[in-house]
Amino acid sequence: MKFLLVEDNIELAEALLQRLRFDGHVIDHADKIEDAIAFSEAGEYDLILLDIMLPDGDGRDFLKKHRAAQNDTPIIILTARSQVSDRISMLDLGADDYVTKPFDHAELEARCRAVLRRRSGAAQTVTRLGDVAFDPVAGVLTIAGDSVRLRNRELRLLELFINAPGQLFSKQKLVDRLFSYDDDVSDNAIEVYVGRLRKHLERSSLRIRTARGLGYSLEHE
Amino acid sequence: MRYLISLVLSFWAALASAQNWEARALFGDPDAAQVLKVISSTDIDLFSSVAESFVAGREGVSVDYYVAGTADLDRILRQSPEKFDVAISSAMDLQFKLANDGFARVLEGIDYPAWAEWRRSVFAFTSEPAAIVVNRAAFAESGAPQTRQALIRALRETPERFRGKVGTYDVRQSGLGYLFATQDARTSETFWRLAEVMGNLDARLYCCSGDMIEDVAAGRLLVAYNVLGSYAQAREDLSDQIEIILPIDFQTVMMRTALVSARGPNPIVARDFMEHLLTLRDTTPTSAPALPMLDLDKPASEQSTIQLEPALLTYLDRLKAQRFLQEWADAIIQ
Amino acid sequence: MNDVVRSSASLRRRLTVVLIGGAAVLALVLYFGVRLYATQIAQQGQDNILKASVTTILDTAVIRDGTLEIDFPYAALAMLNTASDDRVFYAILQDGALVSGYDGLPQRDTAGSDAASWSAAYEGAEVRLTTAGRRLFTTDRETGITVTVAQTQDALSVTLAQISRNVALFGSGFFLLATALSFWATASTIGPLKRLTQSVTRRGPQDLSPVTKPVPAEMVPLVASLNSLMGRLEQSLTRSEDFIAEAAHRVRTPLATVRSHAETTLHRVDKEENRIALRAMIRAIDESSRAAGQLLDHAMTTFRADHLDRQEINLSELVADLVNRLEPVAEMKDIALVLDAQRRVDVSADPILVQNAIRNLIDNALKYSPAESDIKIIVAHTDHAFVSICDAGPGFPPDQMAGLVHRFARGKNAKGITGSGLGLTIAHDVAEAHNGSLHLSNRAGGGACVTLSL
Repeated sequence: MKFLLVEDNIELAEALLQRLRFDGHVIDHADKIEDAIAFSEAGEYDLILLDIMLPDGDGRDFLKKHRAAQNDTPIIILTARSQVSDRISMLDLGADDYVTKPFDHAELEARCRAVLRRRSGAAQTVTRLGDVAFDPVAGVLTIAGDSVRLRNRELRLLELFINAPGQLFSKQKLVDRLFSYDDDVSDNAIEVYVGRLRKHLERSSLRIRTARGLGYSLEHE
Repeated sequence: MRYLISLVLSFWAALASAQNWEARALFGDPDAAQVLKVISSTDIDLFSSVAESFVAGREGVSVDYYVAGTADLDRILRQSPEKFDVAISSAMDLQFKLANDGFARVLEGIDYPAWAEWRRSVFAFTSEPAAIVVNRAAFAESGAPQTRQALIRALRETPERFRGKVGTYDVRQSGLGYLFATQDARTSETFWRLAEVMGNLDARLYCCSGDMIEDVAAGRLLVAYNVLGSYAQAREDLSDQIEIILPIDFQTVMMRTALVSARGPNPIVARDFMEHLLTLRDTTPTSAPALPMLDLDKPASEQSTIQLEPALLTYLDRLKAQRFLQEWADAIIQ
Repeated sequence: MNDVVRSSASLRRRLTVVLIGGAAVLALVLYFGVRLYATQIAQQGQDNILKASVTTILDTAVIRDGTLEIDFPYAALAMLNTASDDRVFYAILQDGALVSGYDGLPQRDTAGSDAASWSAAYEGAEVRLTTAGRRLFTTDRETGITVTVAQTQDALSVTLAQISRNVALFGSGFFLLATALSFWATASTIGPLKRLTQSVTRRGPQDLSPVTKPVPAEMVPLVASLNSLMGRLEQSLTRSEDFIAEAAHRVRTPLATVRSHAETTLHRVDKEENRIALRAMIRAIDESSRAAGQLLDHAMTTFRADHLDRQEINLSELVADLVNRLEPVAEMKDIALVLDAQRRVDVSADPILVQNAIRNLIDNALKYSPAESDIKIIVAHTDHAFVSICDAGPGFPPDQMAGLVHRFARGKNAKGITGSGLGLTIAHDVAEAHNGSLHLSNRAGGGACVTLSL
């Protein structure tokens, strides 16, 4: 997916860029509105992440101009303001959703997914591997024509694996990905979800291999 | 002068301690509990119907009716106001002064036109003109004079015929006579000329209209001047012998008045009597001779009677009276 | 904070009283003034007639043959006739001795030949007297003549009574008219005040715009002060709002920075103890952030509760919107938000406050619900509108339920779960602001239920 991140806070931007690129997305970064305009005019994006407080103006002005130019790229706003009144005004201006800083990446991810699901509906986002077709936006796993809707954690797990086939993920990494920092997570919890995923993939050509003491990886047979 | 006379008379009356009444009558039950004392100058004949109709409807009430001359009446009432309840007189000026001097009781609540009463104490109830009464036979040919001027001419033309045969009131004695004379004199100079003419003819002086009328009827007088026309009219029996002339040059009309004595003994019955007298027009006329009642419906502007007003005091003034009587005496007594 | 403003005397009453009082005073002054004047005029009239009578009589005084003759005309006394038949008295004196007339009539020295008028008593009546004198000369003597004419004052009294009556009538009429006018004047003066009050009262709680309608000159300083006050208030509010927003931003931005660093580090670190520390750090940051958010919500709720911006809203739609928004968060834990809402639940409430409350309640439910469970949300109208949120979590500790609503209280069952505990407080405050209620209960098969009624 192609993202445009408009954020002037370097550390925050870096972390986001890293995370999203790790997930296999393409991201452009602008730290000023004028750059953002330039970027958005130059290329098509699947999603724009827009900060409000920018050095050369208010992000909402970009939003207004963007929408006025009949550009309907989904936009999620990153803001430190959380008042309901703010939210309403932002949605009125044309934003699709917003997250409050500091935000959980998992939440951002979930919101991106939700926004995209609402918007596209088409299956451009399908990833294929072997006889498996996986639509991360819709959260649908299709094995040889049979579709199954995955639970959130299962789908996030699969998304992680399927974007990096053969890569070894440690249990900790998986815990980081799947669970919020609130949860008290036991090691067994990972096993439960891996097990479930294994079950789904039984009839496919994909397998999740356990590397004892090291982690898991998705193998294509 | 007149006051002087009155003074002498009253003094004499007091000495005499017995009043010489012209007439007296009692109407109603002699033993009645309430006796209304009425002093009046009206002849009993002409007032009896009023008195009788009053006592007829009232049990225990009688009317003691005293007749006196107008001057005497005034004097008597001033002297002993507590002895009489009602005073009825034809001398408007004397009645007026009685009321002005506080001898009359104010009667509230009697519905009467303002011009026919003064201060709700003196009430007029008749309208009686001064007339010239002549012997019918004497003027059968020439026709009776209709104005004072005509009378003067008639008297001057044949003085011998009328010598000693003309008469009028002795204004020194009669209050009504004085009233008529002064009102005449006020109205026209003709009065003085007539007085002179009559004086030249040895005019005879009378106290009362009744006497004058009878003498004219009998022929002892041929002309009586300023006679009470109502009295003359009342004598229907003499209508063939006398002719009553209401002079057309001007008329002097007096109103007979009644008042309640302020200190009278029976104020309630007195008021009742006044109301009866004043509303008499409602009753059907009796066969008895009566006085010509006042037309109460006539508005004040059409009244030709002598007015009940303070000016009536004028000729009662001592100086003025003195002067008038002097002049009158000079004219008529020669 | 709606203290009853103490009122001193009512303006309207004061104005009315002053106007009516003034009118009453004027009417009384008019009455007595006119009566006094009328009395003088009427008395003058009577005196003039008496004077004429005296003069008429005096004019006829002559000495003839040494004796006094006064042959006064009929008219001298005729002119004294009145509608009330006043009694008349007169006295003619020569050199102080009564010549003719009424004895004992009060006398007075006249200055020269001018007539004098005065009042006295005679024969038990109040009379008005006028006297004048003249000196008559003959060849050998000189004699003084005095004529006094007196009259009762019944006619005068009648006239005065009539005048008094008419003046009283006129005065009353004037007074009534003045009273009516004063009511009208009061109303039209107070009118602009009332209109201003109404227009200010009619404003919504957010309207701090200056009053622009024209007002009478006397009210201009008041309205100017009011506008300036509102301007300062708006500024202050805006500043407060800006401050709060700014504070939020200031707190959150560094938190965000720290969090992203922590997360990044966590991904790179393998040692379990380091991982535990970092996770704890991130958890702490999240707790701070959530606390900040709830504090802001709470502050805003308290702030708005004083002047609710009541609107007619469809509660079902509002809750559906919220559920939509929180779906992604619920999905992360595979928690299903099951919405059972009547199609329309109309209620008069402040939408922002209600959203705040319900969001916090659902947030709470999400925090306490285990993964893959259901949160049931009911929006309905029985005898009042309500929203019910039930989870499958540990439920409320029964003995602490009452206290949970108070600030920062968290139940025993809240161990290990992030949250400052203001969620229930916020919902409770919003309920109270709308004269509604918040009800906590435990489900039969385990889990908590919170019902917000409006």
